[in-house]
Amino acid sequence: MGATVTRARTTRGEPAAPGGAPEMVQLLTPDGKRIDSARDPYGTEYTVDFTDQEYHKLYHDMVVIRRLDAEAEALQRQGELGIWASLRGQEAAQVGSGHALRPQDMAFPTYREHGVLYCRGIDPIMPLGLFRGVDQGGWDPSKFKFHMYTIVIGAQTLHATGYAMGVAKDGKVGGDDGEAVIAYFGDGATSQGDVNEAFVWSSVYHAPIVFFCQNNQYAISEPIERQTRVPLHQRANGFGFPGIRVDGNDVLASYAVTKAALDQARRGQGPTMIEAYTYRMGAHTTSDDPTRYRLAGEVEQWQAKDPILRLRTFLAEQQIAGDDFFQQTDAEAKAASQELRERVLALPDPQPVQLFDHVYPTGSAELDQQRAQFSAYLESFEGGAH
Amino acid sequence: MAELTTYRESVAEGIAREMRRDPAVVCLGEDIGAAGGVFKTTVGLYEEFGPVRIRDTPISEQAIVGAAMGAAMTGLRPVAEIMFSDFLACCWDHVANEIPKVRYMTGGQVTVPLVIRTANGGGLGFGAQHSQAVENWAFAVPGLKVVAPATPSDVVGLMAAAIRSDDPVVFFEHKGLFASKGPPAPPEHLVPLGQAACLRTGTDVTLVALAATVPTALAAAERLTAEGVSAEVLDLRCLVPLDMRAVLESVARTSRLVVVEENPYQGGWGGTVASIVADEGFELLDAPIRRVAAACVPLPFADRLEDAVLPTVDTVAGAVRALAAY
Repeated sequence: MGATVTRARTTRGEPAAPGGAPEMVQLLTPDGKRIDSARDPYGTEYTVDFTDQEYHKLYHDMVVIRRLDAEAEALQRQGELGIWASLRGQEAAQVGSGHALRPQDMAFPTYREHGVLYCRGIDPIMPLGLFRGVDQGGWDPSKFKFHMYTIVIGAQTLHATGYAMGVAKDGKVGGDDGEAVIAYFGDGATSQGDVNEAFVWSSVYHAPIVFFCQNNQYAISEPIERQTRVPLHQRANGFGFPGIRVDGNDVLASYAVTKAALDQARRGQGPTMIEAYTYRMGAHTTSDDPTRYRLAGEVEQWQAKDPILRLRTFLAEQQIAGDDFFQQTDAEAKAASQELRERVLALPDPQPVQLFDHVYPTGSAELDQQRAQFSAYLESFEGGAH
Repeated sequence: MAELTTYRESVAEGIAREMRRDPAVVCLGEDIGAAGGVFKTTVGLYEEFGPVRIRDTPISEQAIVGAAMGAAMTGLRPVAEIMFSDFLACCWDHVANEIPKVRYMTGGQVTVPLVIRTANGGGLGFGAQHSQAVENWAFAVPGLKVVAPATPSDVVGLMAAAIRSDDPVVFFEHKGLFASKGPPAPPEHLVPLGQAACLRTGTDVTLVALAATVPTALAAAERLTAEGVSAEVLDLRCLVPLDMRAVLESVARTSRLVVVEENPYQGGWGGTVASIVADEGFELLDAPIRRVAAACVPLPFADRLEDAVLPTVDTVAGAVRALAAY
């Protein structure tokens, strides 16, 4: 995708004088008005220059992933999935940053990054297989450059840091075609030791990494005030690299800021933290009931900042897209969700003996023995193996 | 007589051999560079391989093993040092939840060949938080391999096997053995994981030992010879894979079994050895299985008290004596 990012400085130094600097980088207002360019506190200026087709693609992907996400949530409610962590409200942060990744860039997601997964070209049924319990997810992380969903909060930031150090050691950093790594995590994860250690290490080793924090305001029930007394992006300065807050409900700004940060990393200019300021419109997971800890009025305020609606308003007002396109996109999203549902319900149950697979890459005599015992047990039932 | 070498020097020798052989091997840990390691187990590596392959790291145990996992995903073979095995508790999420699960959870698509080296065990009076024998912690986690050498030559041979293994390996170096000496490893020395060593043959009782309990068991066996008791001593070398065939074959010869372990009796690895022998070798036994293990208390600082907690030649000999008379 094409975009222009103008950097007003050549070296990364102190933030520019804060006077007049906007609170966060924004290129599309909640009411769909385009801002030509925006500057971060360090003096970097961001803009985007998309073709109509590229705008269509961003809109399409956000609409489709929201629809697929809703379908997954419905499947869970109907007992077809064990659990689901909805991304609703965070489509712009994920689709924007996901499209900013180049094919060679490696992403380390949490369990909520369905939008980034979609942008990486992974079959969207994959995480549903995981949460249906029929497989472990199944995508090849090295093929799609998208690691497995990491469930333990914040752990993936250290895996990403080590991966980035490996990329640097292999000499794949330093030019415009270099590799970069992005670690996704949430506001709650910033309280984890892992994440703080990842910041220290990435800074000290000048690792080619972008820390993409989706501040969706809640860690299950705990509001952001329970995690921090300073804006999260400001923490980066203390670790020795820039921290930039972007409007996470603005797909254009999310794209532009992520692309610039990834390019800094791939060129060997070190880490960046991005705080994508957004809101988790749904529950933490299907096991959670957010009405117990937050007010409906708050949710309504964020509804007015909806990431898809604002892009739609912009595209319509600028005549970049018309009703035909919007109707067609909705129809495509609906068809994709129906197909997803049918395919999920048709997923085969796993064979019981598979549980012994892939524990040790070079095998294990103990597990071979246990597998043989278990197979014999299964075959002892009338009619053979179950 | 060939020159002897120390267990301590053999750690660096074992790593150096693999680093010369395979450019993908890198080391990371605290004070492993110019300082040569706080136990001097990495002396010479920084000078030979430089700061890119021998990384002094910030004091971040989670990051040492967490980053090792990420680095392994890029094709490197990281050797990560956790200074004291007690500090594995600081990074247990990565040791127990991340590294050993990634292969399983990606359906076999991601393999993380890495070694976590750590100085384990007591006997040096380092107190409750720097003396524990925690090999049973790692033993309890499917997906890890667990190695604990007892001799300088085995340190080199098992290090080679551990680094070349595609499995994640926790490699316990025993603090109490660093100064011990033995014949140096021959060139190209490789000890496959999961093969116990019979260090002394006997007919009356089998002593199964690991790491620092190996010399304890050997000394007890020597003492018992004068009393007319013939003890066989097996060094397990690894807990995963666990060479139970060697144990059962030995018990078939001796019909008596004493397991000598440094970790606490409660939850110690000897419980698994005993249960497998009870399961698969009950008819071989002429007497109950005995376990000599550490008391279930934090390790005391005072050396006199520490001696009272850990298995000693006296306690092992006493257990064997009682069993021989059964």
